[in-house]
Amino acid sequence: MARNVSTRRKLVVTVVAWTIGILIFFPILWTFLTSFKTEAQAIASPPAFLFFDWTTENYFEVQSRSNYFKHFMNSVVVSFGSTLLGLIIAIPAAWAMAFAPTKRTKDVLMWMLSTKMMPPVGVLVPMYLMFRNSGLLDTRTGLVIVLTLINLPIIIWMLYTYFKEIPGEILEAARMDGASLSKEIIYVLTPMAIPGIASTLLLNIILAWNEAFWTLNLSAAKAAPLTAFIASYSSPEGLFYAKLSAASTMAIAPILILGWFSQKQLVRGLTFGAVK
Amino acid sequence: MGSITLKNVSKVFGAHAVIPSIDLDITDGEFVVFVGPSGCGKSTLLRLIAGLEDVSGGEIVIDGRKATDLPPAKRGLSMVFQSYALYPHMSVRSNIAFPLKMAGEDKAVIDKKVADAARVLNLTDYLDRKPRQLSGGQRQRVAIGRAIVRQPEAFLFDEPLSNLDAALRVNMRLEISQLHQQLKTTMIYVTHDQVEAMTMADKIVVLNRGRIEQVGSPLELYHKPDNLFVAGFIGSPKMNFISGAPAAAHQAHTIGIRPEHLALSKEQGTWRGTVGVAEHLGSDTFLHVNADGIGTLTARVSGDFGVTHGDPVFLTPDVQRLHKFDEKGLAIR
Repeated sequence: MARNVSTRRKLVVTVVAWTIGILIFFPILWTFLTSFKTEAQAIASPPAFLFFDWTTENYFEVQSRSNYFKHFMNSVVVSFGSTLLGLIIAIPAAWAMAFAPTKRTKDVLMWMLSTKMMPPVGVLVPMYLMFRNSGLLDTRTGLVIVLTLINLPIIIWMLYTYFKEIPGEILEAARMDGASLSKEIIYVLTPMAIPGIASTLLLNIILAWNEAFWTLNLSAAKAAPLTAFIASYSSPEGLFYAKLSAASTMAIAPILILGWFSQKQLVRGLTFGAVK
Repeated sequence: MGSITLKNVSKVFGAHAVIPSIDLDITDGEFVVFVGPSGCGKSTLLRLIAGLEDVSGGEIVIDGRKATDLPPAKRGLSMVFQSYALYPHMSVRSNIAFPLKMAGEDKAVIDKKVADAARVLNLTDYLDRKPRQLSGGQRQRVAIGRAIVRQPEAFLFDEPLSNLDAALRVNMRLEISQLHQQLKTTMIYVTHDQVEAMTMADKIVVLNRGRIEQVGSPLELYHKPDNLFVAGFIGSPKMNFISGAPAAAHQAHTIGIRPEHLALSKEQGTWRGTVGVAEHLGSDTFLHVNADGIGTLTARVSGDFGVTHGDPVFLTPDVQRLHKFDEKGLAIR
């Protein structure tokens, strides 16, 4: 039987939910609004919320000072590249751990996750030196490699949880029906896991797109993605809030749009396993 | 031809020997049922034959060919799983066609065989549906369809009816028996339900703790159980066991008497007792009688034998049908 919800209770819940939603979204909204102000209005106190002279000047300024498209392409290559490479490594790994576990499988999973608990700055110097010595500094290849390694534990964990939900008997049935290992993965496992693989893909593209620590430290001019593009506006000449906001808006817009269209998949990905 | 021979087959998980050592001969066309309580190793034995588990020792011969090290697909066997294990993303048609597709058959041949199987199993109208749009019984039939299209040497059934409700189970039991009569292919059927075993099998293999307790036809097991375990497992309600003085009178450590072989009377008999619980099934009544100096005995009487809780009754065993066992629990014949 449905629970009885009074109108008042509904109203309170709605107000609370909207308040929390707006609070979370506020920084993005504020960045978006600031990007249309002049520098003077951007730091005005008290701040103007909606009633200021809207201008698109910042966007032109940003585009004339730096090449947005170049950074955008770097971000696309680095985030999609690292996610795809990660999936290629993670699918067989997750398959093995989900369907042919050993005594140590749980330990291996924990160990992989433990690498995410270390502060990245702790290994910055050795990583930097390795990148410098192997000529990977400021290359897209280098960034793809480092982001793949960073996100691999998450990709494997997500796929592992998805694969665990697939009943082993179905794969055994495929084996009885004469499917080889590759056919079993292509015809049975992958089609059943597509929703899981899709949400893993989306979440990791977003993580890689927004990753700032390694991309800022290991790239300079050539391979710098959009994170570096934003960072360049909090530069030696001082802070330019309006331009910084314009750059930020331009940097997050593509991923925001991608996220908007795929939100159904994303929610499923983030809450997977909570309910069957 | 689907004869299957197990020689000395064993299976060990870690330090635990699930199946210490089993020898078994299954002749072509037989309907063999592995029956036993849960954890007796019956499913493991089936999976060893299927090739889904590797044997720890011994040899499996299928159709005269050594199959011990062959992968499941090369053994020429089909399996129907307890959960049906249908491919949820494929239509009924693709599910049934899958083994043929894997075998690389022509599309025309596949279409014909799928249509034939669907006709036999009354699935023709459902070929374009997905498994989730089917009822339990229909899913079960799709699983069977997927098994028969390949014309295997033998069918393996792993508790296929345990997810169905009681009425449907009786129907499907009959359908599988009819299918066996039509196809005349070897079938190995695993169940914990002795009624399924008795009604379907040509030959029953009773398993307990990874060992074969007895192999025989349903009636052999019913009339001549080799030991206490088989005597207690086959037959419903269970056989009554009596030890002590009444057993010693028959030169046995334990005697067993089936509920249907106890005669009841309100006036006189061998053992005296009072009625505990009476279970009325309509045609029959099962009486649980507290017999003086013996314990609780179950008796099966006609449905119109009028007694209620607390009534005194007399029980007389049919001496011809008494089962005698020695102190090791083995039958004395």
